[in-house]
Amino acid sequence: MVPVSYYLVLSAILFTIGVAAFLFKRNIITIFMSIELMLNAVNLSFVAFANLHHDLSGHVFVFFVMVVAAAEAAVGLAIIIAVFRTRETLNVDRVNLLKL
Amino acid sequence: MVHHLLFFVFAALAVGGALNLLVQKHPISSALSLILVMGSLALLYLLLGAEFVAAIQIIVYAGAIMVLFVFVIMLLNAGEEEHTKGSRFVMVFGIPAVAVLVGMIVYVLANRSQMNTGIELGAFVGSTSGVANLLFKEFLLPFEVTSVLILIAIMGAVVLARREP
Amino acid sequence: MDSLINLAFFLLKILIITHVLLGAVAYTVWLERKVIGHMQNRWGPTRVGWFGLLQPIADGIKFILKEDLLPPGVNKFFFLLAPLLAVALGLTSLALIPFGETVTIFGRVIPMQISGILASNGTVYDPGVGLLIILGITSIGVYGIALSGWSSNSKYSLLGSLRATAQMISYELALGLSLVGVIIMSGTLSLREIVNSQAGPFWHWNFFLGGQFVAFFIYLTSAFAETNRIPFDLPEAETELVAGYHTEYSAMKFAMFFMAEYANMFTAASVATLLFLGGWHSPFEGLGIPALPLPAIVASFVPVFWFAFKLFLFIFLYIWIRGTLPRFRYDQLMAFGWKFLLPLAIANIVVTSAIVALRAHS
Repeated sequence: MVPVSYYLVLSAILFTIGVAAFLFKRNIITIFMSIELMLNAVNLSFVAFANLHHDLSGHVFVFFVMVVAAAEAAVGLAIIIAVFRTRETLNVDRVNLLKL
Repeated sequence: MVHHLLFFVFAALAVGGALNLLVQKHPISSALSLILVMGSLALLYLLLGAEFVAAIQIIVYAGAIMVLFVFVIMLLNAGEEEHTKGSRFVMVFGIPAVAVLVGMIVYVLANRSQMNTGIELGAFVGSTSGVANLLFKEFLLPFEVTSVLILIAIMGAVVLARREP
Repeated sequence: MDSLINLAFFLLKILIITHVLLGAVAYTVWLERKVIGHMQNRWGPTRVGWFGLLQPIADGIKFILKEDLLPPGVNKFFFLLAPLLAVALGLTSLALIPFGETVTIFGRVIPMQISGILASNGTVYDPGVGLLIILGITSIGVYGIALSGWSSNSKYSLLGSLRATAQMISYELALGLSLVGVIIMSGTLSLREIVNSQAGPFWHWNFFLGGQFVAFFIYLTSAFAETNRIPFDLPEAETELVAGYHTEYSAMKFAMFFMAEYANMFTAASVATLLFLGGWHSPFEGLGIPALPLPAIVASFVPVFWFAFKLFLFIFLYIWIRGTLPRFRYDQLMAFGWKFLLPLAIANIVVTSAIVALRAHS
């Protein structure tokens, strides 16, 4: 019998590592992936709570989070490709001026 | 006992993958570590009885979204990362901030009495028909709205990634 | 003690099924060379043993003894990981496929499925979402190809792997949606229950009375594209891209890609057999034909024989089409997947749901 708090603490640790990767990494694709990591950590909390309260709404919320993450990944990667075409770099520190 | 062992193995895999994402310099290694995290999360969902969610985590997240990421990394031929002045500055202030964040969340979560109820393997199973019932009866409006959202995302991605004629 | 014996039988089952599959993969290569040879009015392998039957063993020895090259400039970790991933995922789907009902050895009832568990009332439980897990394994199989091309540090490999990846993720959609029609008809995602809903003589199969003949053809076409077989094998065409994503691989790693491709063929053929052709049910079941008086152990392998027979029909179809059709051009391939198969699969879902709803109403 594993307590629910173990799953929630794991979710917190994964979320925090996602925040750290978002702050420390400079490649824009890696920053995007850290956002996906944060979303996954929150999904784990949802499923853990669904098990705790025996309510399937948690699973339905995870479904919606996945749909939104997929849509966001598609549009975000299209933006990254558009930025790469003009700026020729994937480093966020070099994309800091509106005009080239 | 087996439940504890399985939980710790998969949790260690997930945390290891996440730390690897943080540490690796090349984005493709980070992408593969993220796929490992998603896989171990799918196994954790199975431990929590969410079989439908585990299956669609593998199909949608690890099998489609991450393929998109890997595709873009290969197409753009992203090289290794370089540490710039901005990133070193963030690390000085960021590492204590992140430590405080994780400490706060863990303290709050571990100290509430309701959170110590145990999860039994197999006590609650999130069957596909149960999730489908909820999705098409109670959550029908959000379901239809997400389909419109996906349509907008498709149109946006096509317009943004098109070459200027 | 009892659980230890159960564990031993479980491991023995895994060992036997895996070895049978690997042997089948090796001899499918032999079958392909013979059949295509005869289609092209030549003999195929005949020198090594009678009818060339020892040819796969000779090929295996050759692969083991060949020099294992590591081209300069490759990313070593991913170069080694890609074929391992491809082979491992190709063999993993085997855990979910039911070959028959149960077999009783030494008084123990053993389900004929690696992930099947015997319940206390004698029925066999298998994973409630078995079909989705197989689809998930197919989705992850894309990474073996993507990584192999990228890590090879070669233009041909990178282009071949990008094309193969795009092709596989495009046809995965039509594959999954064509199976939704079967799921609506059977009402379950578990493979064993889908087969059990097709019990009876052959017109009870999902292809005939289940009304899924359109879905069957969509599934078959998507399966050809998923496993990179002709007419969809542009990514590994020898005349186009110098063998595409496995150009830089030699010896055992190349053999692993080969094994992975044939193992994927077996998975796709098994899913088609289970979902559309009634799995292990004999076509003459329920027609009142008296059963042969066989001992119990042999009788429990008769369903496995029917399953293997239907599987063999699909493998022969794969080989037959390879010997007959030319390959698609890449833009034709993508247009076919997105503009024809996907709308057709969605139309199939709509029609199937309408039929099921009307049946439930009346």
